[in-house]
Amino acid sequence: MYKILEKKDLNNEVVYMKVDAPAVAKKCEPGQFIILRVNEQGERIPLTIEDYDREEGWVSIIFQKVGKTTYLLGTLNEQDYILDFVGPLGTASHTDGMKRVCVIGGGLGCAIAFPQAKKLYNNGAHVDIIAGFRNKDLVILQEEMKKVSTNYYLMTDDGSAGEKGLVTEKLKKLIEQGSNYDTVIAIGPVIMMKFVSLLTKEYGIKTIVSMNPIMIDGTGMCGGCRLTVGGETKFACVDGPDFDGHLVDFDSVLQRLSMYKEEENHKCNLFRGIE
Amino acid sequence: MAKINMTLVKTPMPEQDPMVRNCNFSEVSTGYTHQMAVEEANRCLNCKHKPCVAGCPVNIDIPNFIKSIVNENIEEAYNIITKTNSLPAICGRVCPQESQCELPCVRGIKGEPVAIGRLERYVADYMMAKETFTTDVQKPSVKKNKKVAIVGSGPAGLAAASDLCDMGYDVTIFEALHKAGGVLVYGIPEFRLPKEIVSKEIERLKTKGVKILLNMVIGKTISIAELHDEEGFDAIFVGTGAGLPNFMNIPGENLNGVYSANEFLTRVNLMKAYDPAYDTPVYFGKHVAVVGGGNVAMDAARAAKRLGAEHVSIVYRRSEKEMPARIEEVHHAKQEGIDFHLLTNPTKILGEKGWVKGMECVKMQLSEPGPDGRRRPEVIPGSEYILDVSSVIIAIGTSPNPLIKNTTSGLETNKWGCIIADQETGQTTIPYIFAGGDVVTGAATVILAMGAGKKAASAIDKYLDK
Repeated sequence: MYKILEKKDLNNEVVYMKVDAPAVAKKCEPGQFIILRVNEQGERIPLTIEDYDREEGWVSIIFQKVGKTTYLLGTLNEQDYILDFVGPLGTASHTDGMKRVCVIGGGLGCAIAFPQAKKLYNNGAHVDIIAGFRNKDLVILQEEMKKVSTNYYLMTDDGSAGEKGLVTEKLKKLIEQGSNYDTVIAIGPVIMMKFVSLLTKEYGIKTIVSMNPIMIDGTGMCGGCRLTVGGETKFACVDGPDFDGHLVDFDSVLQRLSMYKEEENHKCNLFRGIE
Repeated sequence: MAKINMTLVKTPMPEQDPMVRNCNFSEVSTGYTHQMAVEEANRCLNCKHKPCVAGCPVNIDIPNFIKSIVNENIEEAYNIITKTNSLPAICGRVCPQESQCELPCVRGIKGEPVAIGRLERYVADYMMAKETFTTDVQKPSVKKNKKVAIVGSGPAGLAAASDLCDMGYDVTIFEALHKAGGVLVYGIPEFRLPKEIVSKEIERLKTKGVKILLNMVIGKTISIAELHDEEGFDAIFVGTGAGLPNFMNIPGENLNGVYSANEFLTRVNLMKAYDPAYDTPVYFGKHVAVVGGGNVAMDAARAAKRLGAEHVSIVYRRSEKEMPARIEEVHHAKQEGIDFHLLTNPTKILGEKGWVKGMECVKMQLSEPGPDGRRRPEVIPGSEYILDVSSVIIAIGTSPNPLIKNTTSGLETNKWGCIIADQETGQTTIPYIFAGGDVVTGAATVILAMGAGKKAASAIDKYLDK
């Protein structure tokens, strides 16, 4: 059992939780994830580690309430317990040698982009962050991300906060203005990562994306998280979650993510009492 | 002593009707009654040279425990079995007795051998039914001031843990999943091995003093070297199994509706997708094709049928004779209405809008035996045809997970990724690390893994006694 030490609603959909998990906190690095199970009947779902404190022994996660499991998790409060919480899983992000980096976070992706930006910034790299959201109500981690970046650019689809437009438009402008990035790190919806990768390919800028497909065990056992990278089958749980954005077959990833959509919507609606 | 029962066939095992059981997840075989067990025990000749004992990977004193059944002293029979086998209720169910203890049985020369497996199961179930089963356990009489870590709580790890605990070591099992039991809980389905049995055996181990830590991925949460250098474990046994699924590398394998058998069975068994009270989904559609001919393929096919698939087919590239699955499992699958497409090999999975729509297969024929005596499957040219399927489960084998190898420098593996370990002792290229079970041999059986766990336990004892 893993105790929830702190809980904050970042907006209507997104929740922050600090969880007591000393063994995970001792080892985790940016880019890694945990798998949790809320209760005995629950699914195992992967969530990326947002932050951690090795001495205090906690790990924080940020999740969006999109399905039954995340809604259920969202009903837990401080001092409640999560039944299972295992990690750190996956390969840590490689940040060595990166000097001028553009970190792009789309929506909840900012939670995953944050520790990477923090590590790069603390290592002395030039870090530009482009954070994109649908509208002002969904903006998360603005202050935190400002602290770990050289420049922070906020984008919204409707212009209700920051600049109006897509993260790709901003990225293109920055590249054209001569930002001279050696690496772009893009984390967010698959469709966003796909278009960022298409753009950076034109300019020949190395691009890292973080994949978060359907998983069960997170240790390479089920193969449910497999995706095609450069024509080869890879397991996101052990080979990733970070991959070269220019090699990922995003369309098949999108397809696989839709596998349980109908059932998921149904269970989620039942749980929320909508049906 | 009672008169020898000279009936040529085994006392039949009571079973659920095939057409009833293929709609539920309750156990297929319901087990002998006391009377059936005594009747079957009376078929044993109690012969002097006991070929059955040598056929058992953990050398259970078979004639002796059967004699106790004849004398209707089931507790004594249990004590005899558990001298060398700590998990009899499990072995009695899933061991391939036909190729082990029952193979050399003298009664098998003319007629069927004694049903040793069924008797073992009867004895274990009798004891397990007692309320005190998990609490009334003999604790080790000696204490050795040394700690042993067991990585993985499958059959190899449980057997090693049990023996080491009896020897007086301070034993801790580390399990990556949220439930202990390894393949016994994520792989083998409820209808073949009820999970309550596994959890009772594990409870018993805990009562004896074995500690079990769940949600610990060794190599990630903590490394082998840290267990040894920082956590003070004097020796470590690695029994992490062969959990990495193999795929066929044919087009269409990443379509929605294609599962590894590992994923499909984990969803069904560990996550209980068959029970509406549980949240984990599983997809199967109308017609499920299971590729492979082993026990795992049979398990997946029979589970799919029970979930409600209208039509389930096994697709295997050789003939029935070459199938690695136990005869009993193939027989049960057929009874339950599973179709067999033999000498058939998939070449491509066809999709529509990202979902499985069919599977292109070719017919195969077996070549004349080669120098190794094996008949290889060859493609019959022009025999391509399309099997109309809505999902595909790939059950063509598994390999060891590279996680431990990749995070333990100096631990050597062979070209298949199996840890290199001494056959007799299980000692690896790092002296304090021992290994056994599927992680060493590649995918094999529960009892072979248990045997390896036991051998390693006694080798660890010698190593630590120095």
